[in-house]
Amino acid sequence: MEQTIFYIFSTILVLSAAAVITVRNPVFAALFLVLAFFTSAAIWILLEAEFLALTLVLVYVGAVMVLFLFVVMMLDINLTVLREGFTRYLPVGLLVAIIMVAQLAYIVGPERFGLDKYPAPTPRDADYSNTREIGLVLYTEYLLAFELAAVILVVAIIAAIALTLRKRVKTPLMKPEEQVVVKSKDRVRLLKMATEKQDD
Amino acid sequence: MISMSHFLILGAILFCISVAGIFLNRKNVIILLMAVELMLLAVNMNFVAFSHFLGDIAGQVFVFFILTVAAAEAAIGLAILVVLFRNRRSINVDDINSLNG
Repeated sequence: MEQTIFYIFSTILVLSAAAVITVRNPVFAALFLVLAFFTSAAIWILLEAEFLALTLVLVYVGAVMVLFLFVVMMLDINLTVLREGFTRYLPVGLLVAIIMVAQLAYIVGPERFGLDKYPAPTPRDADYSNTREIGLVLYTEYLLAFELAAVILVVAIIAAIALTLRKRVKTPLMKPEEQVVVKSKDRVRLLKMATEKQDD
Repeated sequence: MISMSHFLILGAILFCISVAGIFLNRKNVIILLMAVELMLLAVNMNFVAFSHFLGDIAGQVFVFFILTVAAAEAAIGLAILVVLFRNRRSINVDDINSLNG
């Protein structure tokens, strides 16, 4: 049963990952990437990593991929130029990928990482909380790393805003910081001059 | 039963697909960024599999940090992409050679 679920989900995952890199339209590529993330979240639930599976769906599908889709739809891309060289590099890319899969599969294959070497752990009880276990080490042992991750996120926010912020040169808006420091002598000039004689 | 090598080979296949994606879509920066995200997913798959089969929660904590850094990377990468498109009206990698001497 578990094996069937694993094979179904991994087939969907591999096919959608292949679709990400081959479809013509970047919007479809982003949508297939959403499918890939969603499917791997299901596979992580098979591995009893419920917190990370839900985080993957919330953070990736909910935030990062929406950002991707947003940018893809915002930019007006000339697709024909971008597809140049796809067929030219296809044989080399396929060759490298197949050789790499063969090598990696040989290294991590069943004779080194099979069930006899690493037996499957006994399934956890129903009241086992994966989130609680992660929280127990995340806020004690990995506290510094956790805070550094927060700093990284703040830096990313500031960097993204600073990169894309455009200063408008001719804005009709008032500048309050200049208005409050202005003195009366900056704006009004009093002239001393002799009174003129009125001609009768 | 599913052994650890099932998950590791799945991660390996994902990783190689994204390497091939970088080869094939050499011109399109958006697809390149997506291929990098796929690579990180493959690595995370390995971490979660090891964490499950070795009974060590540290692997899942590490995946948590990888997700954080990947989100930051995606945000900054897309911001750079938007600025690039605004300046050059194109996201072709071949057009980004202004620093070429």
